[in-house]
Amino acid sequence: MIEMENVHKVYDNGVTALSGVTTKVEDGEFVYVVGQSGAGKSSFIKLMYHEEVPSDGKVQINHVDVGNIKKRQVPYLRRSIGVIYQDFKLLPKMTAYENVAFALEVIEENPRKIRRRVMEVLDKVGLKHKARFIPAQLSGGEQQRVAIARAIVNNPKIVIADEPTGNLDPDTSWEIMRIFEEVNDTGTTVIMATHSREIVNTIRKRVIAMENGQVVRDEHRGEYGYED
Amino acid sequence: MKISTLKRHVREGAKNLIRNSWMTVAAVGAVTTTLVLVAAFLILILNLNQIAENIESDAEIRAFLELNTSDEEVESVGNEIEGISQVTNYQFSSKEEELENLIDDLGEEGESWELFEQDNPLNHVYVIQTEEAEDLSPVADQIGQIDKVESVEYGSETVDRLLQFNQYARYIGIGFIAALLLTAIFLISNTIKMTINARSEEIGIMRLVGAKNSFIRGPFFVEGLLTGVIGSIIPVTAVLVGYHFLYVNLNDRLNFQFIELLPWNPFAWQLSLMLLGIGAFIGIWGSVMSVRKFLRI
Ligand SMILES: Nc1ncnc2c1ncn2[C@@H]1O[C@H](COP(=O)(O)OP(=O)(O)OP(=O)(O)O)[C@@H](O)[C@H]1O
Ligand SMILES: [Mg+2]
Repeated sequence: MIEMENVHKVYDNGVTALSGVTTKVEDGEFVYVVGQSGAGKSSFIKLMYHEEVPSDGKVQINHVDVGNIKKRQVPYLRRSIGVIYQDFKLLPKMTAYENVAFALEVIEENPRKIRRRVMEVLDKVGLKHKARFIPAQLSGGEQQRVAIARAIVNNPKIVIADEPTGNLDPDTSWEIMRIFEEVNDTGTTVIMATHSREIVNTIRKRVIAMENGQVVRDEHRGEYGYED
Repeated sequence: MKISTLKRHVREGAKNLIRNSWMTVAAVGAVTTTLVLVAAFLILILNLNQIAENIESDAEIRAFLELNTSDEEVESVGNEIEGISQVTNYQFSSKEEELENLIDDLGEEGESWELFEQDNPLNHVYVIQTEEAEDLSPVADQIGQIDKVESVEYGSETVDRLLQFNQYARYIGIGFIAALLLTAIFLISNTIKMTINARSEEIGIMRLVGAKNSFIRGPFFVEGLLTGVIGSIIPVTAVLVGYHFLYVNLNDRLNFQFIELLPWNPFAWQLSLMLLGIGAFIGIWGSVMSVRKFLRI
């Protein structure tokens, strides 16, 4: 369970990204976070895995105050959450395979299981045949799929995706959404920031809409709801 | 840490060397240069030290007393010698002891000297050591002034010349140290700077994926170790081959009794091992230092 309580985020340069966000996401939910560019979606997400810490208020995951954990606990938090970053954040000198395997190497999974699982996940995102390519040799959409594979390879209880379909053609987007639904069906919480009206309006889920750093709408089986 | 993780770090470290090939060349070059200088410096300093030790242990003053010196006079000469501040040690050796030593030294031939036991032609001798070899000459002069001292002997010519040479060589050695340290620091810090930007991003990503600092450091450690070991190949080869050459050629030419280079075996091997160790240390140090900054955040 993810809980935010009157969360504020002011960056060092004085920009206020979040002002008074209170919300709650139950285990196993699928949530879209929508809102115009700069509304605070990424900031909202970054607080969950301690990339940023709240300036005020509290962010709790399973009753752990993740904004206040000790430095050495941060890796454990991040291992329990699969994150797909808006800018992918793949390791540039590693192949697709190595990037995905990395997430399992850090938890010291045994090598045989790593091999099997990585190939399985790469197959799932349709990139088995490009396992040996480095990010620079992959298209934007392919990189995004590697990032997705890395996020889910460890079967995390929470998957957070920041615009995971931003660079994909419609067909691939639906393919990816199918993967997220599949992951969600196994009980994993999925939180997804998106600009895709079509996806939000077709695969109906809970929608949290943000504007100027505040939650302005929160509805189950909601709609995208605003004009870009 | 699991064995599989250790293997992973070794594999990753080796791959990093290949991935960052230019950095590898620069870093290996830095280690090689440093070690060549270290080797030259150590060969010089350790040999000089050896020579200096030879001089110092061999160097003593022998003060011969006049033949008619009485026992009281012997004692008073001893007291005067004791009064000289640079003297660390002195022994009296009577003419009988001198003769015995002589007979012992000469072995078979010495037996003919036994005839002299009744009518000993030798002098009583004081054997004097000083703390510094540099003090030999002034102390010898001083002792020469003492009443009843007939003559003073020390390897004056050789000692003086060698001491001067040694002094000179030590300055060169200090110059070497300075050049060496500056070069090493410059090259290594430069190499680290070259890769720091590219790597800070990678390290940031690793942290986001849940890697602990120790995990991130692992391959860097291996990388540094390999850089150091590869960097020491040329210096070690140079030492093993070069010192042999030096030893064979120089030792024949320098025919002084004091100057003898340290023997190739075991010195060249010990030095090689030392270079390997220093190389590994520099490599690991440089590599681990380069990530340290990014692991503190
Ligand atoms: N690291 C940062 N330092 C300073 N300001 C930041 C930082 N990250 C974001 N901001 C600011 O915070 C505000 C919210 O940014 P955020 O990235 O959360 O928006 P977003 O909703 O994800 O936008 P987009 O849809 O374009 O990704 C913006 O005004 C942005 O300029
Ligand atoms: Mg964003």
